Amino acid sequence: MLRPLHPVAPGTRTVLGVAFFVLFVAFWAWITLGGHVNRIFLADPLSMLKDGWRLLVEDRFWLDILITIWRVFGGFVLASIVAVPIGIAMGAWKPVEAFLEPFVSFARYLPASAFIPLLILWAGIGELEKLLVIFVGSVFQIILIIAVKVGGTRRDLVEAAYTLGATDNGIVKRVIMPANAPEIAETLRLVLGWAWTYVIVAELIGSSSGIGYMIINSQSRLATGQIIFGIIVIGLIGLLSDFAFKALNRWLYPWSLA
Amino acid sequence: MSKLLIEGVSRTFAGVRGGVPVQALQPVELSVSANDFITILGPSGCGKSTLLRIVAGLEAPSTGRVLLDGKAVTRPGPDRGMVFQSYTLFPWLTVAENIGFGLREQGRPERERNEVVASYIDLVGLKGFENHWPKQLSGGMQQRTAIARALANDPAILLLDEPFGALDNQTRGLMQELLLGIWERRKKTVLFVTHDIEEAIFMASRVIVMSARPGRIKSDVPVDLPHPRHYTLKTSPEFSALKAQLTEDIRIEAMRTAQTQSA
Repeated sequence: MLRPLHPVAPGTRTVLGVAFFVLFVAFWAWITLGGHVNRIFLADPLSMLKDGWRLLVEDRFWLDILITIWRVFGGFVLASIVAVPIGIAMGAWKPVEAFLEPFVSFARYLPASAFIPLLILWAGIGELEKLLVIFVGSVFQIILIIAVKVGGTRRDLVEAAYTLGATDNGIVKRVIMPANAPEIAETLRLVLGWAWTYVIVAELIGSSSGIGYMIINSQSRLATGQIIFGIIVIGLIGLLSDFAFKALNRWLYPWSLA
Repeated sequence: MSKLLIEGVSRTFAGVRGGVPVQALQPVELSVSANDFITILGPSGCGKSTLLRIVAGLEAPSTGRVLLDGKAVTRPGPDRGMVFQSYTLFPWLTVAENIGFGLREQGRPERERNEVVASYIDLVGLKGFENHWPKQLSGGMQQRTAIARALANDPAILLLDEPFGALDNQTRGLMQELLLGIWERRKKTVLFVTHDIEEAIFMASRVIVMSARPGRIKSDVPVDLPHPRHYTLKTSPEFSALKAQLTEDIRIEAMRTAQTQSA
């Protein structure tokens, strides 16, 4: 019986979650191996694995994976270093917010991918350009989300700190920042996920390495197995980094767990 | 000389969206002697919390001023410790760190801090919970920590804004005895806001009854019940007589509030 909002047992949850993957792959195998779609357009699961193995062993695809990971984290760390302090400043001091918020809100809607031609003109097609794409795509998002979270700091905690003798400086450093640290970390985890989509776009254009480059290269050779393998690799790395980030947050902020 | 002097303090809030301004508090005069335990009793919305927040320096009065030890209050400070109705422990600090927060903000050395914190943990009966996070504590324990945190600064006056309002009846009774016990032993000037008549009498050496909004002081009732007070006091004839008198006072004001709200 399905009852609204009724919790599901942990074991059942795992079984159901895995079941969809099995069904999905089974359907994929059925339409490809069963000859229901043209092999030119969609590779079957087995040749996808074979293509992937060959990529890793013969084409040194793991180097592309490493370079993509480096780009994502490089651009993301740069964006975080710039955005976190600005976001906190905007949330804490209203004049700073009034000064920057309209521009950041505007800049947030500028699509990072549309900047690629400009960034190539400015920075060439080297690593700097890839990092800048991630940077442009992430920095405004992080600033804005953090500014909102910090602006929503519990007022009663701030008042309590004032009655205990905290200075304005102390409020920012020892109330606003620790109070929002878990939320800030959570924001970064979210934006890191988005950074993975920007990096592939950056590698589709003017690139000679990386997972995105492999994918665009495979397209011209109709190697759909390789494309799918590349996409799955991105998904897996994203999932792993998400798990790692979650575990790190849990370890850093045990007090915030429900 | 009085410890705390409230001179003609009133508070008017600006009207919402061009509406008429709302007066929350009519000019209040109150003089509090050192080591008095004053409870401010009134129906909800009578401005008693506003008055307390003005004394704390968290809000500015529209007129008048507050003097503590002869000095005008302009902003919040560690000489006026405050305990709020909502749970305001810092969730990222342990019980001990919460209690030591004020001392740390004032740059007191760690050794001194640890000594003071340990003595207040003892005082509010939280031994063994020093390293717990606030979320691991019951509501009563959180408020005990909050009281210790406010007292650790050794403030000139302790302000409490319905500190036990969110607790269940049994816990509230125990907390009243705990706080009163601390006051009887350590002597402190206390301003305690509540809407609970029994609580107001049990704790106080003086009950200030406030009128319905806009609030003003309606009556000033000394409570000459002997100390140390035990919870059985609440069933004594003297207590009941006071309770009957204040119940009548408050009832009129509560009805007045209900009428203005339905009007």
